[in-house]
Amino acid sequence: MTVMEQRDAYRPTPPPAWQPRTDPAPLLPDAEPFRVLGTDAAAKADARLLHQLYAEVVRGRRYNAQATALTKQGRLAVYPSSTGQEACEVAAALVLEERDWLFPSYRDTLAAVARGLDPVQALTLLRGDWHTGYDPREHRVAPLCTPLATQLPHAVGLAHAARLKGDDVVALAMVGDGGTSEGDFHEALNFAAVWQAPVVFLVQNNGFAISVPLDKQTAAPSLAHKAVGYGMPGRLVDGNDAAAVHEVLADAVRHAREGGGPTLVEAITYRMEAHTNADDATRYRVDAEVDAWRDHDPVLLLERELTERGLLDEEGIRAVRDDAEKMAADLRERMNQDPVLDPMDLFRDVYAEQTTQLREQAAQLRAELDAEADGADR
Amino acid sequence: MTTVAAKPATMAQAFGRALRDAMAADPSVHVLGEDVGTLGGVFRVTDGLAKEFGDARCTDTPLAEAGILGTAVGMAMYGLRPVVEMQFDAFAYPGFEQLISHVAKMRNRTRGAMPMPLTVRVPYGGGIGGVEHHSDSSEAYYMATPGLHVVTPATVADAYGLMRAAIASDDPVVVLEPKRLYWSKDTWNPEHPTDVEPIGRAVVRRPGSSATLITYGPSVPVCMEAAEAARAEGWDLEVIDLRSLVPFDDETVGASVRRTGRAVVVHESGGFGGPGGEIAARVTERCFHHLEAPVLRVAGFDIPYPPPMLERHHLPGVDRILDAVARLQWEAGS
Ligand SMILES: Cc1ncc(C[n+]2csc(CCOP(=O)(O)OP(=O)(O)O)c2C)c(N)n1
Repeated sequence: MTVMEQRDAYRPTPPPAWQPRTDPAPLLPDAEPFRVLGTDAAAKADARLLHQLYAEVVRGRRYNAQATALTKQGRLAVYPSSTGQEACEVAAALVLEERDWLFPSYRDTLAAVARGLDPVQALTLLRGDWHTGYDPREHRVAPLCTPLATQLPHAVGLAHAARLKGDDVVALAMVGDGGTSEGDFHEALNFAAVWQAPVVFLVQNNGFAISVPLDKQTAAPSLAHKAVGYGMPGRLVDGNDAAAVHEVLADAVRHAREGGGPTLVEAITYRMEAHTNADDATRYRVDAEVDAWRDHDPVLLLERELTERGLLDEEGIRAVRDDAEKMAADLRERMNQDPVLDPMDLFRDVYAEQTTQLREQAAQLRAELDAEADGADR
Repeated sequence: MTTVAAKPATMAQAFGRALRDAMAADPSVHVLGEDVGTLGGVFRVTDGLAKEFGDARCTDTPLAEAGILGTAVGMAMYGLRPVVEMQFDAFAYPGFEQLISHVAKMRNRTRGAMPMPLTVRVPYGGGIGGVEHHSDSSEAYYMATPGLHVVTPATVADAYGLMRAAIASDDPVVVLEPKRLYWSKDTWNPEHPTDVEPIGRAVVRRPGSSATLITYGPSVPVCMEAAEAARAEGWDLEVIDLRSLVPFDDETVGASVRRTGRAVVVHESGGFGGPGGEIAARVTERCFHHLEAPVLRVAGFDIPYPPPMLERHHLPGVDRILDAVARLQWEAGS
C-alpha cells in the first residue's frame, strides 16, 4: 500500500511519546503582584521584621542620596542609584542566612551593604580605586557585576557545587528587566531548572533598561511568566512593598533549601532617578510617570503601615532617621579621604605567579615612578 | 562662489552625521542597538536618527548583543545593510559567537553567494575614567578574525569618511570608535560631508626624517604630542595614523620606515599578543635591510584594564614614547 492509498485512513494523532513534562499551572505567577502592606496580611506580619525592614529601607534611601551627592563632588566616578528600589535591595539581603550567597548586579550596592558589607568597600568599584573592594568569600557576596546577566550562571554553578558538597546553601541572584533579554539569563535559568539548583532569581523590573521601556524588551505577559518555560515557578511581587518582597523571597529560599529547585521572582518597582548620574532621563520619560510612583514609595508604605498599627511614632521615626544620618555622615567623611593607591598594585594578582613579562613591566613602572618622585623632590 | 564658514564638529557628531547621510542615501541602511533610538545612544552618536527615519530604521533592540548581531546577520541575508551598535567595548563579547562564526565567515562559507554588508560600531579604549568593563581595547580580537575589516579613525574627518566607507562596504567592517576622542574637534564642516575615505589607507599625520611612530585611534594625538616634544631632543619624528588595521597599509608604513630606518609602534591595548607584534613583524620582514634598530613597541601593560584612578599609569603617554625613541639609538651588540 502506498502513502497515497493510505490517505483516507489517515487520522492525525499526537506523537506516541508525547506527554507534558510538568504541569504548567502551579508554575504560573499570580495575575496580580503579591502585596502585604496595606492589606489584611500585614496584621500577621512579624512586627520586629517590619521594623527591621523599615530601618534598613530608610538607611538605604539615605545611602543612595549620599552616594549620589558624592558623584556631584567627584568622589565617585559614577553611581547607579537604587532610589525607589530599596525594598528589593534590603529584602534580598535580609532573607539570606549567613552561609548563603548573594550575586548582585552593578546597581545593587545597597543589597551588599544591607548584607553587612562596609559601605566604603562596597563603593570601591564606583569610586574607581579598584574593581571589587571586598573579599567575596568574607560576606558571601559575589563582585558587583557590570556585564549584564553574566553573574546568573555563576550563581547557578555555586549553588550546584554547594549541593554536590552536601551544604544547604542557597544563592540569590539579582538582575534587571533589561538583563532578562541576554542569553546568559536564559542559560542560567535552564541550567538551574535542569539541575534543580538551589537558586533564587530576583528580577527588579524598574521599568527601563537605560532608556528602553519594558514593552520593547519583552512581549511576555510578565517577566515572571518566563519561568514556566524552564519548568520553575514564577512569582510576581510588588517590589516597593518590603514585607511582600521579603515573604516571597523567603518562600523561594526555603523551597530551594529544601531541594525544591529554583524560583524566578519578578518584583515590580520603579527607578526614581536617572540610570546613573551620567544619564538624562528626560529624553525618554515624563515627570508625570515618575510622580505617579511617589505615593507608592517603599519608605512611605512601611511608615504608613507601622504608624497605623501603632508600631511606630514620631520618636521612632526620628530614631531611625538619626541612625541613617549617622551612617551617611560616616560614609561622607570616609569617602572624602583620598584613597591611598599604589600604582604597583597594577601588577599584583593578575596571576597567582607573576609572569616574566609582568615583572619586566613592573620594573619599568617602578623606574618611572622613581623618576617622577625625583623630579618632584627637586 | 559661496563659502561656508567651517563649524567645528565633534567626532561623535561626525559619526552620527555619517550614519544619517548613509541612511538618507540608501533605504536599506538600518541602525540597531541598545538605546540607539529615543536616547540617541549613550554617547548620542545616533541622536535624531529615530526621529528622522522612524524606529523601524533606527531600532531600540532588546538588551542582547548576540541577538543584535545574530538578527543583523539575517537582515543582511535578506538584503539590508545593518549598522549595529555595541554599547561599550566589553559588552560586545556576548556577541562574539555571531561575529566570529557567522558575520566574519558567511561570504567564505557560501563561496561568495552571501556577503555580509554589516557595520559593527564599537566604542573602545580607555582614558575616560570609566569603571570596569568600560575601557577595553579589543582590536586584537577583531584583527585575529579573518573576514572582518577593522578601522579606527583618529580625526573628525576620518570618523565621517571611514564610517561612510564601512557602511558602503559589501563586507563586514568593525568600526572601533575611540571614545576618548568622541568630544574632540577639528575644523570640519558638518553641513558639507567630507569625502568617503577608502578603507585600507594609512596617512602620514606629520612628516619627519629620524624615526617613524606607527599608531592609530586614541594614541594618534599622544604620538603627535610626543613628536612635538621630541624636537627638543633633536628628533624629527614621522607619525603614521594607520586608520585601518585590516587591511593593513604595508606600502605607506614600509615607505616611511625605509626612509627613516627606525620605528616605534604605539597603542594602548596590551603589547603581548597585541596589534604591535604583528605590525613590528611585518615592518621587519619588509624593511629589514633599512632598519637601524629593532622595531619597538610602546603599549599598555599586559594586565586587565585598571580602575580609573590608576589608568594613567597604564596608558602609554608621551614620556614612555620618548623613552622608546631614545632606545632607537641602538647599536649592534648593545
Ligand atoms: C552585556 C552588557 N550589555 C550592555 C551593557 C550596558 N548597560 C549597562 S546598564 C544597562 C541597562 C540595564 O537595564 P536593566 O537590566 O533593566 O537594569 P537596571 O539598570 O534597570 O537596573 C545597559 C544596556 C552592560 N552593562 N552589559
